[in-house]
Amino acid sequence: MSNPLLQLEDISKVYTIGETTIHALDHVNLSIEDGEYVAVTGHSGSGKSTLLQVSSFLDKPSSGSIFLHGKRIENFSESDLARLRNKEIGFVFQQFNLLPKTSALDNVALPLIYADIPVQERYRKAKETLELVGLGDRLKNTRAQLSGGQQQRVAIARALVNNPSIIFADEPTGNLDSKSSDEIIEMFDALHKKGKTMILVTHEQEIAHHAQRQIIMLDGKIISDTKKRKK
Amino acid sequence: MNIENTTKIAVQAIFTNKSRSFLTMLGVVIGVCAVILLMAIGNGLQEYITRQFDALGANTITVIPGNIFNEGGGFGGEESQIAALTTNKLRFSDVRDIQRLDGIKDASPIMIGATSVSFQNVTKKRSVLGALPSYQHILNTKTKTGDFFTDADNDGAKRVVVLGSKLTTDLFNTADPIGKTVRVNGQAFRVRGVAEEKGSSFGGPSFDDYIYMPYTTYVDLFGDTKVTRIAVQATSKDEVPRVIDSIKKTLGKRLKTDDFTVIETTDILKVINQILSVLTLGLGSIAAISLVVGGIGIMNIMLVSVTERTREIGLRKALGATPNTILLQFLIESSMLSIIGGMIGVAIAVLFSLIINKFFPASVNFSSVALAFGVSAAIGIIFGVAPARRASQLSPIEALRYE
Repeated sequence: MSNPLLQLEDISKVYTIGETTIHALDHVNLSIEDGEYVAVTGHSGSGKSTLLQVSSFLDKPSSGSIFLHGKRIENFSESDLARLRNKEIGFVFQQFNLLPKTSALDNVALPLIYADIPVQERYRKAKETLELVGLGDRLKNTRAQLSGGQQQRVAIARALVNNPSIIFADEPTGNLDSKSSDEIIEMFDALHKKGKTMILVTHEQEIAHHAQRQIIMLDGKIISDTKKRKK
Repeated sequence: MNIENTTKIAVQAIFTNKSRSFLTMLGVVIGVCAVILLMAIGNGLQEYITRQFDALGANTITVIPGNIFNEGGGFGGEESQIAALTTNKLRFSDVRDIQRLDGIKDASPIMIGATSVSFQNVTKKRSVLGALPSYQHILNTKTKTGDFFTDADNDGAKRVVVLGSKLTTDLFNTADPIGKTVRVNGQAFRVRGVAEEKGSSFGGPSFDDYIYMPYTTYVDLFGDTKVTRIAVQATSKDEVPRVIDSIKKTLGKRLKTDDFTVIETTDILKVINQILSVLTLGLGSIAAISLVVGGIGIMNIMLVSVTERTREIGLRKALGATPNTILLQFLIESSMLSIIGGMIGVAIAVLFSLIINKFFPASVNFSSVALAFGVSAAIGIIFGVAPARRASQLSPIEALRYE
C-alpha cells in the first residue's frame, strides 16, 4: 500500500498564555488519502483551526511528526515550509484575503510569482483558472468591485492556480449570504468530483454533510472520524 | 522568486500610495538638493576666485596702502582698513623706486576713482582706472578690438580711454566704438580700444565695467595723486620672495611699516581657498543632517506601512513568500523611495544651480552629486532594514489574524 498523502503522527501543539498552558492539539493522529473530501467540525476552541494550521504547514507542531507524500517535514525551515505551501497547498480563508487595489487577475497570479513562473504563463494560467470559477468577465475588477461571493471565487481560483495537492478552507462560507454559500459549496463539490483533496473547517453541520469524511474535534482531540459510504 | 518580480511588487506598493510615497521622498529630495546646492555654491565661489586671481596675472605682487594685517598675522579690523584708505601715503615716486629694483619686470600705479561716462545720449556712472601702459602686461589685460594706450599717450596725458567690454555694450550697443568720442567727467575722450572680458572682480565692480586711461591723464583729470595700489610683476616666480623683501626695504626708507602692505596674490588665493573648503564642507555637513532626517522619515513610513500591511504580509507568506523574499520586498521599497527621491533631488539641484548661476557663482561637480546620491541610496537601505526585518519575521498565522 502506498503512503497516504498527508499523515500526522502524535501531533501536539501547546500554547502558553501567561501562566496557563493550552493544549490546542493533544496527541492527534490523522491520515488523509489522495482525493478525500474532509470536513473538520467542533466548537470554537476545540483545536480545529490549529489542526488546519499545522497540517497546512502554516505553523509548526510542538511535538510529533508530519509526512507529506511520505516525506518527513516537521524539521523544515521556515523558508522550506513557505516553498512547500506554495507548491502543495491552496488556501481559502473566511476573510477572502484578496490584496486591495489589485485586480482579480493579479490576485490569482500571486502564488505563481513566488513559484518563479514567467509572467506570460502566469497570466495565462490565472486567466484560465478565473474562467474555471466563472469569473472570466471580471479579470480587471479589484476587491472593491466584487461581491463577497465573487471575492471568495477569486480566492478559490488563487488556491487552485498552482495546482496544489491539498486545498484547505477555513470557514469559507462564514462571511457569505446563503445564496453565495451554496454556490461556493457547489464549487467544492465539483472540485472533489474532479479528484481534488479538500480539507474544510466549518461549524455548520449542513456544509460538513457535503464532505465524504467528517472529523469532530473536542479539547484538542479527534473524538469522531466517520466516512460516508460511497454512493 | 527573483529580484525582478520583487522589484515589481515594491514599485506597485509605491504607486498604490502615491501621495504618501511622494511626501516620504520629499525629505530625501530636499536633503539631496541642499547638499548638492551648498556644495555647488562653495565650489563655484572657489573656482570663481581662482579665476579672478588668474586674471590678475602671474607672479604679481600688490602693494596697498596701510597695514591690513594685525599683529597676530590675521586681517585687521574694518577700522584699520578705513584708516589705510584715508591716510593713503603711496605716491608715484614709490612706483619709480620699485621699478629700479632687481628682479622686477615692471610696475604700475593703479589709480581708482568714479566718474560719469557718456556717449551721445547714454550716460553711465562707472569706475575709472588710471595706470601706466605696462598695466596691460602686468595684469594680463588684452584688448578685444583696438589697442591699449601707449607710453606716448601717457607722456602727453592724452585724452584716450580703453573701455571694459560690458561698458562698451552699455554705451554703444553693437556699434563699433573704436575712434568714437565719449565724454568722461565732462571732457571729450577718444576710445582707443575695448578690453577683453575678465568677469567681475571680487568685492568691487567688474573689470568689464571699467574705464581705463593713462596714469598722467587720470592725475590731470582728477588732480588726485594718491596711488590706490601698485601692481608689480616679478621676472619669475622664484624671484617673488626676494622682490617682496626688497620692495619692503625700499618703501621702508620713506614710509613707516604701517603705511603699506605687500601682498603676494597666490598667498591670498591659498588662504581663501582653504577657508572656502572648510566652509563648503561645513555647509555640506549641515545639509547632510536633513538627508538623515529624510532617511528617518522613510523608516517611519515603512514601519507604518509594515503594520498597515500585516495581513498582506501574512497572505504572501501563506502563499509561498519566504522570509527573505518579504525582507527583500520591503528593502527594495525603501531604497526605491530614497533612490527616486535622490534622483529628483539631483535634477532639482542641477536646475536650481543653473538659475543661481545667473546671480552667483555655482558649479555642480560630479563628486558632490555622486556623494549625495550614494548617501541617499545608502540611507534608504540602512533605514529600511529595521522595518523590513520586522515584516519578514511576522508569523503568517498571526499576520493573517491581524485586524
